[in-house]
Amino acid sequence: MALGVDQPAPAGSEPERPMIIGGSTRFVPGQSHDRITIVNGKVQLGQRLVDLWRNRDLLMLLTRTELKVKYKESVLGYAWSMLNPALVLAIYYMIFKVISRTQQPHFAIWLFCGLLVWNLFNNSAQGSTTVVVGKAGIIKKVAFPRELLAMSTVGVAMVLFAIQVGVLILFLIGFQLTPDWGSLWLLPLALIALLVFTSAVSIFLSAVNVYLRDTQHLTEVALMAWFWLTPIVYPFEQLGTHLAKYHLTWLYLANPVTPIAMTFQRVIYNQTSYVATKNNSSHVATQLLPAYGDSWYAMMIGIVFVVSVGLFLLALIVFGRLEGNFAEEL
Amino acid sequence: MATAIEVRDISKQFKLYTEKQTSLKERIIKGGKMPFTPFWALRDVNVDIMQGETFGILGRNGCGKSTLLKCIAGILKPTSGEIRVRGSLAAMLELGAGFQPDLSGRDNIFLNGSLLGLSHADIEKRYDAIVAFAELEDFIDNQVKFYSSGMYVRLGFAVAVNVEPDVLLVDEVLAVGDASFQRKCLDHVKKFQREGRTIVVVSHATDVMRQNCERVMVMNHGQVITIADPGEGIRVFLADLLGVGTLEHSESGGIEGNVLAIGVVHADHGGSGERMHLYPGESLTITADLDSLAPVPNAMATIAIHDDKNELVFASDPDDPMCAIEVPEGGGIVRFHFPEVPLLDGTYSVSVGVRSATDTAIYDWKDQVTKFEVANPGRSTGRVRLLPDISFRLRGLGLTGEVPAVSSGDYAPLPLPGWEESTA
Repeated sequence: MALGVDQPAPAGSEPERPMIIGGSTRFVPGQSHDRITIVNGKVQLGQRLVDLWRNRDLLMLLTRTELKVKYKESVLGYAWSMLNPALVLAIYYMIFKVISRTQQPHFAIWLFCGLLVWNLFNNSAQGSTTVVVGKAGIIKKVAFPRELLAMSTVGVAMVLFAIQVGVLILFLIGFQLTPDWGSLWLLPLALIALLVFTSAVSIFLSAVNVYLRDTQHLTEVALMAWFWLTPIVYPFEQLGTHLAKYHLTWLYLANPVTPIAMTFQRVIYNQTSYVATKNNSSHVATQLLPAYGDSWYAMMIGIVFVVSVGLFLLALIVFGRLEGNFAEEL
Repeated sequence: MATAIEVRDISKQFKLYTEKQTSLKERIIKGGKMPFTPFWALRDVNVDIMQGETFGILGRNGCGKSTLLKCIAGILKPTSGEIRVRGSLAAMLELGAGFQPDLSGRDNIFLNGSLLGLSHADIEKRYDAIVAFAELEDFIDNQVKFYSSGMYVRLGFAVAVNVEPDVLLVDEVLAVGDASFQRKCLDHVKKFQREGRTIVVVSHATDVMRQNCERVMVMNHGQVITIADPGEGIRVFLADLLGVGTLEHSESGGIEGNVLAIGVVHADHGGSGERMHLYPGESLTITADLDSLAPVPNAMATIAIHDDKNELVFASDPDDPMCAIEVPEGGGIVRFHFPEVPLLDGTYSVSVGVRSATDTAIYDWKDQVTKFEVANPGRSTGRVRLLPDISFRLRGLGLTGEVPAVSSGDYAPLPLPGWEESTA
């Protein structure tokens, strides 16, 4: 490897445009040895984004590390990633099918669609609160874009999401159900919007918890409330029709997880209403999801995406401001 | 020559909370504001470190030297000012790098290498060298949490140096590990120096500075005291460390129910008056004031000298007839004269005592009552000033240089350095 001293910058030549990094020094191997890194107290949003992109390999590695550590000492290992959601699914299924006696067909699939979305969000948000605090050893010793730690929890949740999707596909085959193939294109869009939103929340929470350790407990409670505010175990229309009377449907939809969960339900469950038979004679139709076309869902996803990108940038700025004193606060 | 690191007007403020309140409840009670004392760990620090230079930062604990290093590394953000670093950088801060205790050594090498900015392929290329350097071949697949602290540090250092950074920041790590590993680290530092890499060492070990650094910066209270060559820097550091009252006179004394008491103890040396310290080989005189209520005919004066790590350097023979003193009523002055102090750098404390020559009674003992300090203007290191006579001659006839034969096959003779060529 050539060294700075062996190849000094030619005298009088214009030095390479300095790379300005707010607080985080980052070196990319293979770059010029005359590359200049500037450390100062400012937050450079553009540079942060560039750094994140440059270090996507590191994100993969951190995600792998997290997964490895997570299941390292447990006997069942990765099986836990499946057992946990399976148990949650089973509990809700029991409550609604056996105790509340819902007549919704294939209720398990309906539940699964919503839980899939929720688990991704929930696991990342919950995991992110402790990820920076838990990695104090690394943060105190090495400079790197620390947002990646928060994003690695999103990565972990994404891996678990993928495993669960696999199981869902098995369920669909088992129940001989087919998703709405024509609307399938909505799913990747919804997933991307969800990932951006989840990353924003995770980055924000990870930084705040360093200074306010209550955050992790508060998040736990808030997420529980958030879960019930999101149409996952109950259909959107159940609450939506009530809210519509007061013109408050928008408020319901302001929860970014709601449109995403609805999209998954709409496409995978592939039913917006069902007819239940009561007392052997009367047929009651129950609306599950609003009977809008794909464009409505696409629009909702679009709104969530745009808002999430804004939140993501905001989270990076907040993180950048708080990051400066991580090493001393931890 | 270009600068490797430019530090411009760097200030760093820490907030010292009287009691750390990180819970929401406490914050709400306090109305969002928490009482804190601003503490400036760094104040307007300016320094240029040249490419290829080995630069030392000296200072006592809490002077801001580690904070500065962390700012240069980008781990802490300065409150104001700017640092420019040219080229790639790796830092060895305190013990070990940021390892994940649950992961194996192998996984940690990859994680740490990636954090330092290497790609997977890069790390794979260096992997064997790192493991060999750390001497952890047998344990590399074990979880790091089972490592001894020495293994931990070796692995950390191995990764940091094998990243081959343009700028290496080292914080005190050279002081850890066993002797052979320390030598290996120093060899590697020397290799880095030859290759023209920039090294910044933070320490309060003056001998490391003296041997390795080209320039030394002395810091105190977050400010730069001086930037100078190692000899001068270490002298300033030692003077600063001990403050103006280097050779403090003990104020304690007085007689309390004892026949004899030691009063003021005073150290005087060849450099007294002009210098705070003495040079190796200069004379030293310790005088102790004795007060006595009654005549003490059979007394023995004793003296002991400890170094700054509280290790005994010298204690006088308690039964040496030379130490016998006869103290009349009213007391007097006892004088210990060392014509030559064969010590190198360090701060030494002096304890003085008077005991009975006939029984085990101790009349008085003043533990570490005064200090003196030795500063070595030369480049030799260690504790004792030995003056070896070094000469060289060619091997004469009859000296074949062969390794002596070993009768049993129990052990193989260790090859001595320099013997390989002659036996080959």
